[in-house]
Amino acid sequence: MIPLSAYVAVSAVLFITGLLGVLIRRNFIIVLMSVEIMLNAANINLIAFSHYLESMAGQLVALFIIAIAAGEAAIGLAIIIVVFRGKISTNVDEMNFLKW
Amino acid sequence: MTDLLIKLIPLFPLLAVILNGFLGRWYSHEVAHRLAWGSVGLSFLCTISVFADLLRTGASHEVIAYQWIFGGDLTINLAYLVDPLTCIMLLVVTGVGLLIHVYSVGYMSGESGFTRFFTYMNLFMVSMLLLVMGNNYAVLFIGWEGVGLCSYLLIGYYYDKVSAAKAASKAFVVNRIGDAGFLLAIFLIFVNFKTLDYATVFAQVGQLSPEMATAIALCLLVGAVGKSAQLPLYTWLPDAMEGPTPVSALIHAATMVTAGVYMIVRNHAIYDLSPTAMTIVGVIGGLTALFAATIGLVQTDIKRVLAYSTVSQLGYMFLGCGIGAYTAAMFHLMTHAFFKALLFLAAGSVIHALSGEQDVRKMGGLRSKIPWTYRLFLIGTVAIAGIPPLAGFWSKDEIQVHAFTHDHYVLYGMAAIGALLTSFYMFRLTYLTFYGTSRMDHHTEEHVHESPMVMVGPLMVLGVLSILGGLLGFPPEQGWLHQFLAPVSGAGGDHDVSTGLVLMLMMVATGIALLGWGLAHYFYSTNLSAPDRLAGQFQAGYRVLLNKYYVDELYDLLWVEPTKWFGRLFDWFDRTVIDGLVHAVAQLAGVVAIGSTWVEKHVIYGIINVVGYGNHLAARQWRQLQSGMVHHYAAIIVAGLFLLAVVIQLIMQL
Repeated sequence: MIPLSAYVAVSAVLFITGLLGVLIRRNFIIVLMSVEIMLNAANINLIAFSHYLESMAGQLVALFIIAIAAGEAAIGLAIIIVVFRGKISTNVDEMNFLKW
Repeated sequence: MTDLLIKLIPLFPLLAVILNGFLGRWYSHEVAHRLAWGSVGLSFLCTISVFADLLRTGASHEVIAYQWIFGGDLTINLAYLVDPLTCIMLLVVTGVGLLIHVYSVGYMSGESGFTRFFTYMNLFMVSMLLLVMGNNYAVLFIGWEGVGLCSYLLIGYYYDKVSAAKAASKAFVVNRIGDAGFLLAIFLIFVNFKTLDYATVFAQVGQLSPEMATAIALCLLVGAVGKSAQLPLYTWLPDAMEGPTPVSALIHAATMVTAGVYMIVRNHAIYDLSPTAMTIVGVIGGLTALFAATIGLVQTDIKRVLAYSTVSQLGYMFLGCGIGAYTAAMFHLMTHAFFKALLFLAAGSVIHALSGEQDVRKMGGLRSKIPWTYRLFLIGTVAIAGIPPLAGFWSKDEIQVHAFTHDHYVLYGMAAIGALLTSFYMFRLTYLTFYGTSRMDHHTEEHVHESPMVMVGPLMVLGVLSILGGLLGFPPEQGWLHQFLAPVSGAGGDHDVSTGLVLMLMMVATGIALLGWGLAHYFYSTNLSAPDRLAGQFQAGYRVLLNKYYVDELYDLLWVEPTKWFGRLFDWFDRTVIDGLVHAVAQLAGVVAIGSTWVEKHVIYGIINVVGYGNHLAARQWRQLQSGMVHHYAAIIVAGLFLLAVVIQLIMQL
């Protein structure tokens, strides 16, 4: 029997990993992958608590998140392609044309 | 079915008002008058159907047409109550109303404002129907005010004539005094019963203290006195004769002025509790009957004589109410509607024939020239004089018999003398108008003509009603009308009276009426110089009567002039003090405005500019924050999230 705290710990580690990836890495694709990691960290959390509280709601939400993550990945990759055509680069630091 | 018909009764004239009032100018007079009398005719048919239903089932109807005001204690519906009392009023109002509308088509032809006339007449019908049909005091009051308004509009129909405009305002203002009393009564009723519905009020009326009952009854009486032109508020009715003659017949003889009597009979449960109020009603009625009759003796305007006669006859109805003879009062109301409408319309026919001449001193000898008008006017005269077997005799006699047998000898005396005077002045009017030699000027005489069929027809119907109307109350105290009205007007024939006494009183009444006729015959047919000689002998008395006891002058002196004086005082006060204050304030405002302009330019604008420039500088700094770097944004989000978590943590700990 694995205690709830173990799941939460794994989830936290994954989330921090994803967060650092988003903040630190320069490659847009990796940033996107880090976002996926964060979403999945949240998924682990939801399912763990769902099991713990014996409620199906958490698992349902997790399914929703997976679906949304798929959509998000599709849009994110599409944006990368459009930006890459203009800049010939996937470096996040060069993408500052939304500022004033 | 009956409920629907009841709702339709006031709706038809209302429809005609809307059509004629708003669209009347787009179509011809023919369409307008057909709409007007047609709508009243439809109402009359509905009334007959409702009446037949009431006769068959004997059950009164209460119909809620529209929920009007509801909230808290107060619920007021636009609801109709049709019981025998209302039914009688409905028949009189729509029946006589229909005849007068038809007559008006002939009388008013060629007048300017023809459509306007019929619009007002129909509006009057709507209001009068609401007045008699309402099942609560609020609807009664709406009708009450509505008929007052229409009376004002129709008296002032020839509004370019100064006297008509003045008479209209006079009627309106005098009626306001009565209406104030009526409103007070309604307020008192609401305070005591928390409702305005007749049924509830009359069911709980026993809980009233005698003082409160007297107060309510007297306030109601003030309203009734104003509307029904009794002492001391009768002065508007003779002046109301400035309106067209059909108006005088419909509003100022047959229907509206009887609203006060209807109201008292409707509220007899309250009056029964207060002997004081009853006595006052009876005394006012008796005094008015006598007072107005004496004025009627010497007037020379044919319509004014009829107006004073109306006031006097209304006095009889009040007298009847005052002695508890409610059924008799309603009976007289009904027969009076027939013969007074007949007299007014016949007088209108005379005036029509003489191209607008109203002074009886310039008439005479019309008997052969306008024979139908003459015959019908004579029927009306005999009816009102109280000569059996015409309608007026039965109703008037019943009031007198009731007064005598219930020991109101003073009131009986007043009524008997009033009856003598009535008979005298009515036959005087007939003799002056239709007998003797012509006193018309040559030009008028050439144009004398009998009125068209559309005018004579309604007169004939009214003539038949004036002859036969008395049968409704025959035999006295046990007639059809008494049985029909018994459920609403309370017990009538509880007082056993010997038939011999009743017969004797009838004979006395007939004798009095015939005596009046005989006197009139002596003065105005056989001995033509007698009136002038008599007037010469009693010059002071004659002048007092001719000037209507100087009541108008007295009211002018007591109320009108002081009011005008107050008006001028307030005008002066307004011009000097109030206007002075206003001008001073205006000056002050000008000075303040100059000062504040300076302040605004230099201080306010300065502050605004400082604030604006500060914002500008701050913005220049803060826009550095918007770097466009995704990392920065993500970091700020994470920092914000962290901050939020800390804050929530802190709040949770509190």
